Amino acid sequence: MFEQILFYWFTAVLLFAAVGVVTLRNPVYAALSLILAFFTMTALWLLMEAEFLAIVLILVYVGAVMVLFLFVIMMLDLKSVGREGFIRYLPIGLGVAVMVALEMIMVLQRSNFASERYTPPAAAADFNNPEALGELLYTHYLYPFEIAAVILLVAVIAAILLTLRKRDAGDQAAKTQDIERQVRVKSEDRVRLVKMKSE
Amino acid sequence: MISLTHYLIVSALLFAISVAGIFLNRKNILILLMCIELLLLAVNLNFVAFSHYLNNLDGQVFVFFILTVAAAESAIGLAILVTIFRNRRTINVDDLHSLKG
Repeated sequence: MFEQILFYWFTAVLLFAAVGVVTLRNPVYAALSLILAFFTMTALWLLMEAEFLAIVLILVYVGAVMVLFLFVIMMLDLKSVGREGFIRYLPIGLGVAVMVALEMIMVLQRSNFASERYTPPAAAADFNNPEALGELLYTHYLYPFEIAAVILLVAVIAAILLTLRKRDAGDQAAKTQDIERQVRVKSEDRVRLVKMKSE
Repeated sequence: MISLTHYLIVSALLFAISVAGIFLNRKNILILLMCIELLLLAVNLNFVAFSHYLNNLDGQVFVFFILTVAAAESAIGLAILVTIFRNRRTINVDDLHSLKG
């Protein structure tokens, strides 16, 4: 009973936050309600005993990705972007959304996902979700795990390269290597011997 | 008792809301990126629900990878957004038509 109350409450908050992301005029408020959606999704995942992913969602999404979103919102001048067309596309947007939701719900109502086969056995008292997940990740899914690491590395390099500002003159210039000059350098260019009287 | 169907319906509703958001906010790339994050979150809910109710951890491993790729995608997307804004002084989708054939 208590679990049901929690489920319906978190679902209500999640859908409310999602509607906020879609409809709010101010992008900062939209980002904040997206953060609320992530938090309530975390609660739903905790109800399903996916503890590790719940923590990862908070750390990675709320802690990193949404902070990045907020930084970008503050960097850009968003007043220039109106929302003309919001009313014009409201009917088709709502129509598509209602169609998607109704079709999925009709399919799911006729399925037997509520049957006995899909009731999870109670987990053992000493079951450790992060440990079990880590065991799976570092044995069976080792290669995908390393590929994921490479994807993150590529993303880091791409993001830095895309936003690197190439300023031409002065002390503000971006520091780059000139390999030809580095190779051509001689010791006379770098070392200067000074003769002076001892004091 | 909360069944698998309940979670799948929540996921479908979340997905529908974010699809509507992509239709409604088609001027603003930033909100579009947020709607894509919401879509991926709905998909992840599906994976976690099936993983729990089928008592199989593979679904959670896939959520892990989806989170990785989504984080990389939003980082690169925001970097592209900043570059567009720096060059064109706007992020209105209608003004970005130089690739039009």
